[in-house]
Amino acid sequence: MATAQAQVDTKWWSGGKSPFNVEYGKLMMWYFLMSDAFTFGAFLISYGTIRFSQNYWPDPNHVFNAFPFAGHANLPLAFVSLMTFILIVSSVTMVLAVHAGHHMDKKGVIKWMAWTIVGGIAFLACQAWEWTHLITGEHVVMMDGKIQEIGTTVTKNPWGPEIPGLMHEGHQVYKPGPVAFGGYFFGITGFHGFHVLSGVVINIIMLLMTINGVFDRKGHYLMIEKAGLYWHFVDLVWVFVFLCFYLI
Amino acid sequence: MDHSNTDLAEVTFHHAPGGDETIKRIIKTTVILSVITLIELALGFGIYYMHKSPDYSHNLVLFIKGVIVILSLLKAFYIVGVFMHLGDEIRNLITTIVVPLLLFVWFIAAFLWDGNSWKVLRNTEGRSKPQTEQKQAVPEAKKPGGVE
Repeated sequence: MATAQAQVDTKWWSGGKSPFNVEYGKLMMWYFLMSDAFTFGAFLISYGTIRFSQNYWPDPNHVFNAFPFAGHANLPLAFVSLMTFILIVSSVTMVLAVHAGHHMDKKGVIKWMAWTIVGGIAFLACQAWEWTHLITGEHVVMMDGKIQEIGTTVTKNPWGPEIPGLMHEGHQVYKPGPVAFGGYFFGITGFHGFHVLSGVVINIIMLLMTINGVFDRKGHYLMIEKAGLYWHFVDLVWVFVFLCFYLI
Repeated sequence: MDHSNTDLAEVTFHHAPGGDETIKRIIKTTVILSVITLIELALGFGIYYMHKSPDYSHNLVLFIKGVIVILSLLKAFYIVGVFMHLGDEIRNLITTIVVPLLLFVWFIAAFLWDGNSWKVLRNTEGRSKPQTEQKQAVPEAKKPGGVE
């Protein structure tokens, strides 16, 4: 629905009207998000560039096929799909919180913000499990002329091509994978996870302010809307991180 | 019912028409996002199974990946336009956000092209120093491992 400006006095520079008919804080949040979009974009595109420059890159369906409590079951894309849905659902609850704010419905805001926070914490817990599993999960590689068991770190990882015919205690031996894999994975998902964490903190502060009646007194719930913009941005970045690392 | 703008006299609010219609729009968008995600996952699984079968067409896989990227852009459009309400803002505001983001088109194309060019140069002896590869500190990339 297109919005029209309040056409009381049509001179742009005579004051009394906010540019774009939007609050300053909301406009600045949009521009901050645009700058952050370029930061994440730069990281992801540099990852793409290095990946395109390599003859070999680990197959994500082979690296990320674990699920909590499922042991060694081969479940590619399962856990990361769960994480994606958790974040999408938390985005929906955030929209509902903003919607409740538009109608000055304090109880509604509290309920939906609480659920958004739960979703954010659940996502962080999932990401922590994923990292732990990747760092501590040891696989057999032939490195420096020796057979070793290594996990995934920023300096080395076990996700290279198979060494045909070479087995070690019943397991296939691999070459070490491209060094860049660890740095990019942990760096980008870590930077994103940091944004999720700060978003959860901001949402908790918003929840507390709502409970204390701060927005009732002000007469508007615009802060919730701004926090909402940040939270949706975090969800949107995840859509593309998920796309670049797990899907394509 | 709507906010009393006690300290925001410069902004006029004319948000969502009413509770029910907006909630319906939110639910509809949620369903669309979920369906798109499920389609992306299905295509992702399709690529996974294609890798396993011997009848593997590299170009078909690239095409499917392209479709997945476009679906993700569609998700971005819905999240930004509906959830973040950018679609409800004044058109000039939308323009100041969307136009700079068009830089990404060049950004992505240029850098992926460069990355591919490095690979081609490395593989076809196009490097500037025509020496044999004596250095041990060579990164993994130089090993002609399994082609993805």
